[in-house]
Amino acid sequence: MNTKALFAALVALFVLVPLVPGLIYPIFVMKVMAYGLFACAFNLLLGFTGLVSFAHAAFLGTAGYVTGALMIRFGAHPLGVPAAFLAGVAASALVGFAIGGLAIRRRGIYFAMITLALSQIVYFLAVQFRWTGGEDGLQGIPRGTLLGLVDLSSDTAMYYVALALFAAGFLFIDRVVHSPFGQILQAVRDNEARAVSLGYDASRFQLLAFVLSAALAGYAGALKALVFGLVSLNDVSLHTSTEVVLMTLLGGVGTLFGPLVGAALVVGLQNYLATIGDLVTVVIGLIFILCVSFFRRGVVGEWLHWRHRRAARAARPLPEAEHPPVAKAA
Amino acid sequence: MSDITLQAFMAQLTIGLIGGCFYAMLSMGLAIIFGLLNIINFTHGAQFMMAAFLAWIGLTQVGPWLGQPDLQVNFWLALVLAPALVAVFGMAIERTLLRRLYHLDHLYGLLLTFGVALVMEGGFRYVFGVSGQGYEPPEILQGPVDVGFMLLPKYRVFVVAASLLICLATWYLFERTKLGAYLRAGTENPRLLQAFGINVPVMITLTYGFGVALAGIAGVLAAPIMQITPLMGGSLLNIVFAVVVIGGLGSILGAMLTGLGLGLIEGLTKVVYPEASTVVVFVIMALALLLRPAGLFGREA
Repeated sequence: MNTKALFAALVALFVLVPLVPGLIYPIFVMKVMAYGLFACAFNLLLGFTGLVSFAHAAFLGTAGYVTGALMIRFGAHPLGVPAAFLAGVAASALVGFAIGGLAIRRRGIYFAMITLALSQIVYFLAVQFRWTGGEDGLQGIPRGTLLGLVDLSSDTAMYYVALALFAAGFLFIDRVVHSPFGQILQAVRDNEARAVSLGYDASRFQLLAFVLSAALAGYAGALKALVFGLVSLNDVSLHTSTEVVLMTLLGGVGTLFGPLVGAALVVGLQNYLATIGDLVTVVIGLIFILCVSFFRRGVVGEWLHWRHRRAARAARPLPEAEHPPVAKAA
Repeated sequence: MSDITLQAFMAQLTIGLIGGCFYAMLSMGLAIIFGLLNIINFTHGAQFMMAAFLAWIGLTQVGPWLGQPDLQVNFWLALVLAPALVAVFGMAIERTLLRRLYHLDHLYGLLLTFGVALVMEGGFRYVFGVSGQGYEPPEILQGPVDVGFMLLPKYRVFVVAASLLICLATWYLFERTKLGAYLRAGTENPRLLQAFGINVPVMITLTYGFGVALAGIAGVLAAPIMQITPLMGGSLLNIVFAVVVIGGLGSILGAMLTGLGLGLIEGLTKVVYPEASTVVVFVIMALALLLRPAGLFGREA
C-alpha cells in the first residue's frame, strides 16, 4: 500500500469539502485535522518508540497558550501568524525536553506515571499565570492575516491553510518514521538491549523522539488555537491526555493512518453525544475497555492484519509474520 | 515565618499528617497490587471514591430508598461493608477483564484499569452530579480533643491512629507472616510457587481485592473529612502517583513512609507558600528524579 497515494486521495477529498456546501462542516473537518495531527504526534511516541506518555495535553496546551497569547498581542503584524505558530511549537518542544528529560530516567510504568505527574505542574502554571487567562483561558484569539495577504478570518481561507499545515505535518511524521532515525526508534522499541549492543544510545534516541512528538503535539495545539480562537484549561488537562491515547488505540497503534481514523471517530462521537453530558465519559471508558480487551490492533491495524493474512494465504508457504500488537506501518 | 503562630503551624502540620496518611494507604495498595500483578491500578482513585460514596449512601440514602427513614448504615458498619463491596467489584473486574491481559505488555493492563476508572467516575457524576456531599462523623468522634499543645477535632486524631494501625498491620501481614511469604514468593517466581501447590491465580485475585480494600478503607475514612464528589479520587491519585515514583513500588514500608513524609512536607508548604502546596509533591518528584533516578526504595518496572 502506497502511503503517499492514499494520503493524496485523502487530501483531495478534504479539498472538496468547502466546495460542496452542506456535505460536511469545514469547522468539524478542521477539528478532526487538529486532533488527527495530535494523535499522530502521540503515536510517533507510543507506536514507533513504545513509550506511554500521559503528558501530551501539556504540549497541546502549551503551544495553544503561547500561540494564542502572541496572536492577541501581535496578531495584526504581517508576520504575526507564522511567528506565533513557531513560538508555540518551540515552547512545546522545550516543555517536552524538560518532561522527557526527567521521565526518560525511569522505565516502563514509572515513565508513564512521571509524565502524568509532571503534566500536573504545567496545568498548575496555566491556572496561576496571568497571561494564560487563569480559569477563563484565552478567548477571542484573532486569526490575523497570513503574511499580510490572506485574511484568515474567512473560514474557507482558514480551512485551506489548515489543510496545508495538516498535510505538511502528516508527511513530516511519515518521513520521520521511514528515516534511519525512525528505524532506530523501532529497533529500540522491539529490543532495547539489542539496539544498545549495536551501539545506539537508547535513551538519547527516545528523548529526541519525545521532544519531536511534543513539538508536533504543539503544532496541532497551535493550529487548534488559531482555528477556534480559544484555549482553555481543558486543553492542558489529563482528560485531553487520555483522549489522545484513546484515539490512537482505537485507530491502531503503530499505523500511520490509525490515529487519523481514531481522531475522526472520537471527535465525531463527541459531537454526536454532546447532548448526553456526563455519560460521554462512561461511553469513552467503555470504548477503552472494549478496545483493550478485544480490539487491540485498532480499526486500521485490524484491517492491515486481515489483508496481511489474506496475502499470506495466497502466497503459501510463507509463514505469517507475528507482529501484534504493533502493526507494520501502512 | 515570625508572624505565624505556633498554633497555626501545628494545625497545618496536622492537616499535612492526615493527608500523608491517605497517601500512605493508597500508595501501599498500589505497591501491593503492583508487586503481584505488575500493573499500576489506575482504578485506585475511583475505588477510593466509590467507597466514600457507598458510606454516604448507606448513611443518608438507603433508608429513604427503602421507605424506612430511620434505617441507617452507620459509620462503623460502613467501614467494613463499603471496602468489602468495592473489593468484590474489583475482584470481578480482575477475574473477567484484567486476567486476559497478563500475557501482554503492561501498557494494556494500565489502559484497562484507566477505562474502568472513567466508567465509574462518569457513572457517579451522572447519578450524583459534581457538587460535594457532606458526611457527619459518628457521635462518639465528634467534638474536639485536647492533645496537650492544641485542641484537635476528635475525628482527625482517630483517622491518623486508624490509618497508621492499618498501615502497620498490612506491613506485618506481608513481611512477617507465612501468607506474606507466599505473596512475596509470588512476586519473585509465580510458576515455582504454583508448582508447590499454591493456587496462584486465586492468590492474584485476592491480592488485588486486598489492595482495593485498602483504597476502600481510605475512602470511608476520608468521607467525613473531604467533600464527597465523583472526582475526589482522581485528583488524589495524581499526587499518589508522584509519591509512588519517589518511593518506588518495591517496598510496602517505603510506600508508607514516603506517603507520610510527603504529606507533612505538603502541610509545611501550606504555611510558607499556600499556592504551591498543590504542586510541591510534583516538584519534589522532579528533584528526586534528578538526584536519585532509581527511586528511594525502588525496583524498576
